[in-house]
Amino acid sequence: MMGRILSQINFRSWKFLIGLIALVTWIYCYAANQDITNSVVASGMRFGMPLALAAMVGIMCERSGVINIGIEGTMLLSGFTGFYVASFTKNIILGLVISILTGVLTSFLHAMMTIKWKMDQIIAGTIINILASGLTSFLYKQGSTIPNTWPIFDIPILSNIPFIGHAFFSQQGPIQYLGLLLIPGIWVMMYKTRWGLRTRSIGENPGSADTAGISVIKMRMINVMIGGAIGGLVGGFICLELVGSFSNNFTAGAGFTALALMIFGRWNPLGAFAAAILFGLAQALATQLQIFGINNVPNQFITMLPYVFTILVLAFAAGKVRPPAAAGKSYEKEQS
Amino acid sequence: MTYNSLLKIENISKSFPGVKANENISIEVNKGEIVALLGENGAGKSTLVKTVFGLIKPDSGTITIKGEVMEPGDTAVAIRHGIGMVHQHFQLVPVMTVAENIMLGDEPHRGAFISYAKAKQVVRELSEKFGLEIDPDAVVEDLPVGLQQRVEILKALRKNVDLLILDEPTAVLTPQEIDELLEVIKNLAKQGVGIIFITHKLREVIAVADRVVVLRNGKMVGTTSPKESNESQLAQLMIGREVIFQLNKGVANPGDVVLEVNDLQVRDDRKLMAVDGLNLTLRAGEILGVAGVEGNGQRELVEALCGMRPTVQGSFKILGIDVTGNSPRSIHSQGVSHVPEDREKDGLISSLSIEENLVLDQYKSEPFAKGWIRNLGAISDYATEMIKKFDIRTPSGKTPISSLSGGNKQKVVIARELTQDAKIVIAAQPTRGIDIGSIEFIHNQLLAERSTGTAVLLVSSELDEILALSDRIAIIYRGKIVATLDSTNVDRTKIGRLMAGASS
Repeated sequence: MMGRILSQINFRSWKFLIGLIALVTWIYCYAANQDITNSVVASGMRFGMPLALAAMVGIMCERSGVINIGIEGTMLLSGFTGFYVASFTKNIILGLVISILTGVLTSFLHAMMTIKWKMDQIIAGTIINILASGLTSFLYKQGSTIPNTWPIFDIPILSNIPFIGHAFFSQQGPIQYLGLLLIPGIWVMMYKTRWGLRTRSIGENPGSADTAGISVIKMRMINVMIGGAIGGLVGGFICLELVGSFSNNFTAGAGFTALALMIFGRWNPLGAFAAAILFGLAQALATQLQIFGINNVPNQFITMLPYVFTILVLAFAAGKVRPPAAAGKSYEKEQS
Repeated sequence: MTYNSLLKIENISKSFPGVKANENISIEVNKGEIVALLGENGAGKSTLVKTVFGLIKPDSGTITIKGEVMEPGDTAVAIRHGIGMVHQHFQLVPVMTVAENIMLGDEPHRGAFISYAKAKQVVRELSEKFGLEIDPDAVVEDLPVGLQQRVEILKALRKNVDLLILDEPTAVLTPQEIDELLEVIKNLAKQGVGIIFITHKLREVIAVADRVVVLRNGKMVGTTSPKESNESQLAQLMIGREVIFQLNKGVANPGDVVLEVNDLQVRDDRKLMAVDGLNLTLRAGEILGVAGVEGNGQRELVEALCGMRPTVQGSFKILGIDVTGNSPRSIHSQGVSHVPEDREKDGLISSLSIEENLVLDQYKSEPFAKGWIRNLGAISDYATEMIKKFDIRTPSGKTPISSLSGGNKQKVVIARELTQDAKIVIAAQPTRGIDIGSIEFIHNQLLAERSTGTAVLLVSSELDEILALSDRIAIIYRGKIVATLDSTNVDRTKIGRLMAGASS
């Protein structure tokens, strides 16, 4: 088993190198100061998880051949509806359900535009983003609160594992933990199930899937809507668990960062997850540096770090990436 | 079982706007029989097999399979009746493995999970049963074309086909791959599978077919077997005897050599040598027709001569100057006009107007531009003149090209290419897919060019066109000119044989 895993790793790849550097740094810091290191890693997880989940939205869509740049808008809209429903009804469970439903509906709109009406997919995504930012800032009402956020807790046995337990399995909310299940779940779905094989085939060569009796339109619709549900979950996750409030344009480009992470992870759920966590760690590190108060470096440069990191990684480490061949193209049956 | 008939096609007819693609065609295929459908491009072969596979609904006629009349126009019904088809353009997912491609749509599974072990097992069993060796774990895009086709065939066979249709299976293969495929076809037939395969290569027909059905212009012109027939007879059937139109072309006045091609080698998009040691001379004031079955290097030759495709070896001279490797613009400025094979892709910019398309090659120079500024008035006047002279049917010169009919689009290309001081006109399939009236007009324009001393290199897959226009005929086969004949007293049979690769 171990041998098989090891044989999968390309020891000379950039990804391996970055991972190795991160691991060594982690161990070094852990040895130096356990508490601070644990809290930086945990907050890195908190920064990274929403991005990782948002990247899953992109993966679900693009693997089936639909480019979705409307992730940003989907999260914004669903965070908005979820938060205000929770605020009015004083029920955060209902709020989360509404968030997910909003995500599904928004992506349904995207799916109709791109798959049924064969609109340009970039424009469709842009419409969703503009719609979301316009609607939410127009309807935004200051001062609303929710009764409580999702509770934070330790996972019983796992949190006691030395070294990783405290960083990954303690002092997080339920959606954060759910993400740890959901992302490998999507990977298994994509690579081990019939649904996944078919999804990938319609994203690569829909004609081939069609001649094999697979309904391209239907599968694309469903995949985009599953993606939408995840996007809704992220919106609710941020507003109801992580932050506990809705602020105007709270996504602040996270949807686009997620797309970059998806590309860095080569449209692979686990790859995108690793990229997102690395990005989250960079952000947590930046915050920690601010707390340490490095006086001679202006703050702006420190907050810039994670973004510089993303640009560098995408420019140099990602190398030649190859998106699903049919992504962005509407499917037309061959005319005979 | 005494009942041996597998497929019965009776009186199938199908018209498309303006063409009768199939007219009263009746064919029978028995179990284990290999039927070759032979015919030139546009003879109606593809329409016929697509009808059998349910991709096209015929206007009339019935298809009976294993004694049962099949509902027409539904692929799913055809598949259920055990008909499989290998398309000319593969329908494979290049990034996936052979096993994944073969099982797609009907994956062996436990619950929602795919059983890869079982899938590979299925592939291995299939390839053993039919003698089609393949590695189930290989990624399709890494395989050579011949093996990719094998995957397509296995995909079809997996569905337990009784009748396998192969649409021009050899068009994309190398000679060695062709031989392997022909063995595979023979093997399949031995196992009882009925096979229809489309080709226009006579050698293949002679090699494997039990029966040959020849189509021409949508009609069945003959059914024979390789035993009762030979390549030259088949070629005659395929090409036909009647000449559609006779032009009064007068006698040629060949002048100096204007184009000289020496030992030219050019690769195609698949990096295979498409033009392989080709020699050619063209004189002023003559039309040289290049005749050949499509895919023998004609496209690559034309593209290389126009500077659109790099050459591997050899050279060509225009008016005595070596221009090998020059840019398209530079070659164009030497007096070479190009009427491209694909007018939509290489000849026109469809979103621009007729006016703009007419000056695509001279928009930079006087009188159409003064320095950096285009002279729209001059362009417009010029366009009006050309529209009249070349009889382009359009409401105005400002009309976008995309709204014109095929014939009128081609006239725009011709108007642009034939009006400059061209020394050489390279016309590739100049009348493909356009109406008879436009064809005649374009033919007369080409003859007019010849009479003014321009040299014309005419590449066409329509033998009739070549015969009607050319002064000399060069026959191209596998990237070489295998013979050059004088067009007076030509022997169609001989041309047919040469086109099919016979040595003389």
